Amino acid sequence: MFYRVAGQYKTSYQADYALFPVKQDAFLLALILVVAFVVFPLTASDFMYRALLIPVLIYALAALGLNILTGYAGQLSLGTGAFMGVGAYACYKLVTIFPELNIIVAIALSGFFSAAVGVAFGLPSLRIKGFYLAIATLAAQFFLVWLFQKWGWLYNYNASGAIQVPNTQMFGVTVTGARASAMSQYFVVLSVVCIVTFFAINITRGRIGRTWKAVRDMDIAAELVGINLMKAKLSAFFVSSYIVGIAGALFVFLWRGAAEADLFDIQLSFRVLFIAIIGGLGSILGNYLGALLIVALPVIIGTVPAMFGLPISSAMVEHLNTMIIGALIIGFLIVEPHGLARLWAMIREKLIIWPFPH
Amino acid sequence: MNAHPDHHIIVAPNEDSIAKGETLMEVKNVSLAFGGVKAITDISFDVRKGEIRAIIGPNGAGKTSMLNVINGFYTPQIGTITFRGQERRAMKPHHAVRQGIARTFQNVALFKGMSTLDNIMAGRSVLMKRSIGWQMLWHGPALAEEIEHREKVEEIIDFLEIEHIRRTPVGKLPYGLQKRVELGRALAMEPSLLLLDEPMAGMNLEEKEDMSRFILDVNQQRGTTIALIEHDMGVVMDLSDRVVVLDYGKKIADGPPDEVKNNQAVIDAYLGVPH
Amino acid sequence: MESLHSIFVAPFADMVAAPDFFLQVVWEGLVSGVLYALIALGFVLIFKSSRIFNFAQGIMVVFAALTLVGLHERGVPALLAVPLTLVVMFFLAVAIERVVLRPLVNQPDIILFMATIGVTLFLIGLGETIFGGENKVMITQQLGIPTGSWTMEPFGGFVSIEQKDVTAVVGAVLLVIALLVFLNKSKMGRAIRALGDDHQAALSVGISLSTIWVIVWFISGIIALATGIVWGARAGVSFALEVIALKALPVLMLGGLESVNGAIVGGLAIGVLEKVFEIYWGQPLLGGNTEAWFAYMLALLVLLVRPQGLFGEKIIERV
Repeated sequence: MFYRVAGQYKTSYQADYALFPVKQDAFLLALILVVAFVVFPLTASDFMYRALLIPVLIYALAALGLNILTGYAGQLSLGTGAFMGVGAYACYKLVTIFPELNIIVAIALSGFFSAAVGVAFGLPSLRIKGFYLAIATLAAQFFLVWLFQKWGWLYNYNASGAIQVPNTQMFGVTVTGARASAMSQYFVVLSVVCIVTFFAINITRGRIGRTWKAVRDMDIAAELVGINLMKAKLSAFFVSSYIVGIAGALFVFLWRGAAEADLFDIQLSFRVLFIAIIGGLGSILGNYLGALLIVALPVIIGTVPAMFGLPISSAMVEHLNTMIIGALIIGFLIVEPHGLARLWAMIREKLIIWPFPH
Repeated sequence: MNAHPDHHIIVAPNEDSIAKGETLMEVKNVSLAFGGVKAITDISFDVRKGEIRAIIGPNGAGKTSMLNVINGFYTPQIGTITFRGQERRAMKPHHAVRQGIARTFQNVALFKGMSTLDNIMAGRSVLMKRSIGWQMLWHGPALAEEIEHREKVEEIIDFLEIEHIRRTPVGKLPYGLQKRVELGRALAMEPSLLLLDEPMAGMNLEEKEDMSRFILDVNQQRGTTIALIEHDMGVVMDLSDRVVVLDYGKKIADGPPDEVKNNQAVIDAYLGVPH
Repeated sequence: MESLHSIFVAPFADMVAAPDFFLQVVWEGLVSGVLYALIALGFVLIFKSSRIFNFAQGIMVVFAALTLVGLHERGVPALLAVPLTLVVMFFLAVAIERVVLRPLVNQPDIILFMATIGVTLFLIGLGETIFGGENKVMITQQLGIPTGSWTMEPFGGFVSIEQKDVTAVVGAVLLVIALLVFLNKSKMGRAIRALGDDHQAALSVGISLSTIWVIVWFISGIIALATGIVWGARAGVSFALEVIALKALPVLMLGGLESVNGAIVGGLAIGVLEKVFEIYWGQPLLGGNTEAWFAYMLALLVLLVRPQGLFGEKIIERV
């Protein structure tokens, strides 16, 4: 009824390449943006920002980065956490060496460090394929976290071994550090995430996105239609690690406020991987849906049973959460291997033909 | 218009310096072995511009290996390939594409998760030049380039009569249509030499007739030179201008279809007379 | 010059100067290597028979050990707890086959791999929910495993060997021998090996795919329990074991995914090399704890030279 594509003819390829060829999609996006930029800031509490909105956005961004590598280019990575760490430590060094640097610029620059490290650990992908490649990213994961611990220069030789986010300002508003308000941090994160997502959509739907998907679907055939495998794979590692690095910098600077090396351990890599799987590999939207689910699930498990007079301990919440996520992953792979994003696509199809399904 | 025409690397078939009937590609004394197993032994033949050249032979004769050598996927131990006057032995497959050699595969090698449109567009990857910076912005040069190539791809889609499956993921298509999409992807590369590895394998009679018509049209309307491997002798005799016959990795005959058909060595090879 | 000396000369000089200590280091490494090899072995079995890259092998070790200790905590005598744990592992194998493998048969490898990550997570949650998340002590003595230590005096020095480590090594060797006999001599074993090469051929032996899978996962469960007992005896039972168990991956890569021999040799080699590297290079030069990444870096370097692993077969690409 509301989703009508009939009558929306495209008379040029230009129109066919609009971001949202169907009007209702554009409307829906506008609605979401209004909620994100206007409604939430008017209504959300600090708890809502820090427990839900900010982490959802940051995890979604990290998953988006991973998704480019694994979902689009087909190169499995188990080292996302460590690459987030590279972004975070790079950002920390940048703001402590150049205190005048605008925080957004510092975050954008820190992505290049993680991208460089990502490309270095992506080089083996030219020779090693499939599961064997997982070893390269695992090597990155364990080696980098070890490096974060042992290389004192990275954390300015703090006795605690941790990095502490300094207070920085933008347009006179404190956005990082202990004095920053949750709302200002939310706006920074939201803006960065929106911009990166826009770029990511464009890259994935153009020539480069097609070469990535070609390499994913059949690398030999990709090479035989003239795609340079080295360029395709390394560019995927570069773009993916860049986004993951930015997510890491946001993760520490605009959410956690401080970090030790262990924060970037393999559990973080897995959490991001789960978001990408549940959301849907090879999709942009899925990362948001997956992040929402993974971040909200423990909150739901912690509060809903209590409402029915069944309070459960926080340890039990964590255990149940782990179990449910495991079951969800298996369930999704069986029912819909393309995750929440495909589920939404199916609902949308249904809405388009509703109420006349034939 | 393409803002960066790359004439040094890609020459569209029609504006070619080589005249029709002259040698486009020459295989000279090529031998290929895997470990101790010889796949091809001392084979030489040529492909002339504008012709349809068939490579036939019993199973295991080395036909697919021959195509793999021509497009650089395998490197022969001995011998050379001369394409457009350039002689070489080893090369990367993506360089072969840049020089104008495209191919299809015995077992369809499409990108299964991508739509028909994306598969064919992927064939134009080497022709597209916009950098990642423009692609990020999308609007502007990247979009202009995308549209320019989309128009070319839509011509191919029209030509092959696959408009209705434009948006369908190719993994879901029936085999015959997949073969057609694969031909489309090869055509999108605007090759001057098109290699077809059993384009009609596994097809029914009607599909074979369609495919034959497409191959002839490509050859006649677009002027593309074609080298094909095919098992259906009727098709080979009807389509091809000249035929080269391989058996156990060796060349046993070479010439026009009628002549080859009556060659005793060829008849023996197909009937399985012991050497 | 000095740094070159400390990298290329000093460590070897140390080894020669104190051969008894070097021997001790090698022995410690060998014992860890046996454990890596055992985990890798369970992994290879599953990969050979079903092409599944079973990420859950590590957590199966933890789960088996937890079940054993948990049963004992609830008053089950130790020697009865072992067979009961095996029953649990059997039902786990059945459940995994029914719920995960059967619906996902013929899916791409990567999907099955992700499913085993799901299994891993589920088992972590389940184990924590039932047995609690805190660390436990393995019931070493109750199982009759000796806990003393022997000392030897080679080269006029001093080497101490824990008896439970010796038990672990002997137990592992017996387990491997039993496994090899099963794989090579029994009809079922041959079917499992054939399955790696060709599904149809294996089915023609007359054993159903589901049965084979249940049995393979059950054998992996047995290996997991054995690993869990010996590892738990050394380091206690905790979910941290799961991260250590990840080292089975470089072991496998080193050995080649399908090679039983590769898993054993790879496990021992990595166990010894990482320990020797840590003691003679890691601690004096790099600030220690290099065992966290050494195995992965080593496997990565080997793969760059031989992409199919040390024992894998060469891959010829075809189209």
